[in-house]
Amino acid sequence: MGNVNVTVNGIEVSVPDNYTAMLAARQAGVEIPSLCFLKDVNEIGACRVCVVEADIKGVPMRNLPASCILQVAEGMNIRTNTAKVRKAVKTNVELILANHNRECLTCKRNQNCELQSLCDELGIDQVRFQGEKRKPTIDNLSHSIIRDASKCILCGRCISTCRDVQGIGVLDFTHRGFQTEVAPAFDFSMRDVDCVYCGQCIEACPVAALTERQYIDEVFEAIEDPEKFVVVQTAPAVRASLGEEFGMPVGTRVTGKMVAALRRLGFDKVFDTNFSADLTILEEGTELLNRVTTGGVLPMITSCSPGWIRFCEMKYPEFLPNLSTCKSPQQMFGAILKTYYAQKMGIDPKKIVSVSVMPCTSKKTEANRPEMEVDGLRDVDYSLTTRELGDMIKRARIRFANLPDETADSILGEYTGAGVIFGATGGVMEAALRTVADILTGKDLKDIEYNAVRGLDGVKEASVVLPIDGKDTEIKVAIAHGTANAAKVLDAVKAGEKDYHFIEVMACPGGCVHGGGQSIVSAQVRLDVNPKANRAAALYAEDEACVKRKSHDNEEVKALYNEFLGKPNSHLSHKLLHTHYAPRKVYECQA
Amino acid sequence: MPEDPEVNQNRFGTGVGNNTQRRLGNVNDQSKCACSCGCITAEDPRFAELKSYIDSLNQEQGITMPVLQEAQRSFGYLPLEVQKFISENTGVPLAEIYGVATFYSQFAIEPKGRHHIGVCMGTACYVKGSQKVLDKLVEELKVKVGCTTSDGKFTLEATRCLGCCGLAPCIMIDDDVFGKLDDVSRIPDILGKYE
Repeated sequence: MGNVNVTVNGIEVSVPDNYTAMLAARQAGVEIPSLCFLKDVNEIGACRVCVVEADIKGVPMRNLPASCILQVAEGMNIRTNTAKVRKAVKTNVELILANHNRECLTCKRNQNCELQSLCDELGIDQVRFQGEKRKPTIDNLSHSIIRDASKCILCGRCISTCRDVQGIGVLDFTHRGFQTEVAPAFDFSMRDVDCVYCGQCIEACPVAALTERQYIDEVFEAIEDPEKFVVVQTAPAVRASLGEEFGMPVGTRVTGKMVAALRRLGFDKVFDTNFSADLTILEEGTELLNRVTTGGVLPMITSCSPGWIRFCEMKYPEFLPNLSTCKSPQQMFGAILKTYYAQKMGIDPKKIVSVSVMPCTSKKTEANRPEMEVDGLRDVDYSLTTRELGDMIKRARIRFANLPDETADSILGEYTGAGVIFGATGGVMEAALRTVADILTGKDLKDIEYNAVRGLDGVKEASVVLPIDGKDTEIKVAIAHGTANAAKVLDAVKAGEKDYHFIEVMACPGGCVHGGGQSIVSAQVRLDVNPKANRAAALYAEDEACVKRKSHDNEEVKALYNEFLGKPNSHLSHKLLHTHYAPRKVYECQA
Repeated sequence: MPEDPEVNQNRFGTGVGNNTQRRLGNVNDQSKCACSCGCITAEDPRFAELKSYIDSLNQEQGITMPVLQEAQRSFGYLPLEVQKFISENTGVPLAEIYGVATFYSQFAIEPKGRHHIGVCMGTACYVKGSQKVLDKLVEELKVKVGCTTSDGKFTLEATRCLGCCGLAPCIMIDDDVFGKLDDVSRIPDILGKYE
């Protein structure tokens, strides 16, 4: 790979020869507007918002090429700010507006919409083209994702994300011409298709065509009801993204302010899902040891990610026996809240409203799975996203940046560093290894940072030698994030090419830190910032700052076992904290 | 004022959205599942034929079109079961297959009638009154343009120039041309010739 010399608006720069004109311009300090472009995901030159004038060594290029797919060449002269370019870009955006449902004031993405920002930046002060508009049609049948085709601008970012990044392909362009609609096959509802509700499409959507189903009003109502005891848990990854809702840099760690904000919102108790992440490690680690020593089904695969569970149920049902029977930390928390905690505090569990804040849209569907209850009480009543919590804080007019740092309540709020890193890919594996290694060696090991399982490689492998029944045994593990990577690992296992003891799978690329419920980072910002890496760094920093970094050192979890559950994988644990899975059929006609 | 949103309206099976209404606005028997459950069963030998056709192609990119064309030829239309079968056997997502099938007019999602009526809307026929011909057919067949009669006998379509402007206004039924239809009262007799 060599470098080439190009000129952007008269500024000469030397850039790698595989750069696009858009990236070269960026290096020259020039930002080119874009809409359908999403780095490494959707580079199709469809929206024509990023067009430029260009010539190569004085020979002009035909028409106005789209800079997002225009590869640079030696002597290329790129002009982004000519009258011709300005007029073309403005017209192209005006044409998009012509049939767009422009109800910005009442739109969920108001102030957080790439199309709206473009109109502002381009100085569009009137809509010149008036014609037929798309009818507002809303599909809100799924528990997680709402689709409104009237907001869609047909950029295709969701399509590329679902098909190429996640390897599923729920959405595509259907029909043609004015009738073109990004939709599932046969106009099925998102409820009835092979969607895992990871919400990566929501993260990719520049407008409000895809949004999460919200439960903000229900939660506010519960808080205001004096009869209800409303308890909130927050997932590890939320603290690494919530600040972005208030303009903080991507990956700012706001644990203390988040707790303070939740108290001010009026939750009766503010707990932490990290607590039940630690609990998960004890249950799942014990399950792994049992499977290894008693010849159980291996490889065992983690079950924290509901998107992954749904993916496995739909696409790889032959691996269902491999899934850990552990409920996810969200569900474990809810089950403990309405049993152990209610008993201990003398609260009628029927009066408890269990709210979770998750980086995830799939958690909403998980919370609604019929089996996720104990004695008729739902483990989790409402699952909110990071974005919804941000909206609640804004509605309550809490000045987030000015909040003091507070800590979660006892007795379901203590957590270790192992619980925190659940939010990053490889984190569950690392947390499990910290505990399993201590149990098997009988020592308090100091070397607890497993760097091989960290980072953003799609599939990671590692092995550790641990004594099992007095014999040194090599434990082989793999980590996959994003369902496409999960499929790769499962295919390799199925073909007999790979042989593991334990596999961690997270449905979202990067793990929960980049979940579909996190704050949305625009395509332009993503050119400079990697939200996966920044937010993971925030979690690893919190882990390092923790005095206790192993799940089995969590005193509140220990107390839970001593006073209530007995020991990991006990009969009561199985009743409350474990679950089962079943193959799932989709695209079934329900006439 | 914006229109009231249509929430989960016009559901077909579980389908939602603008296009469902467009596609199904004409189906007389709304109670019948338009994905044709029961019409084509999994045991249908045409599935095995389609499978061997797919296997005969190299599993490379770009096989969607030939496979859909073969299925269209074999089944006559591309209902949910057929598209699901293609998706499962090619690895191409169902949404992508549906996208292709709804983009090209050569593919049909609903069954076509036994006889295809094409009404020429080319310039010459139009000037000579083909709109009246079309209106008469709509009235006689009680069906919208682009749709199939409830008895499955006729599919009515408006077409571009059929290339016999000297006979304007004209229509084609299957391979037969009927010209100089200025007198639309001839139409019921013409239709009566078809079973």
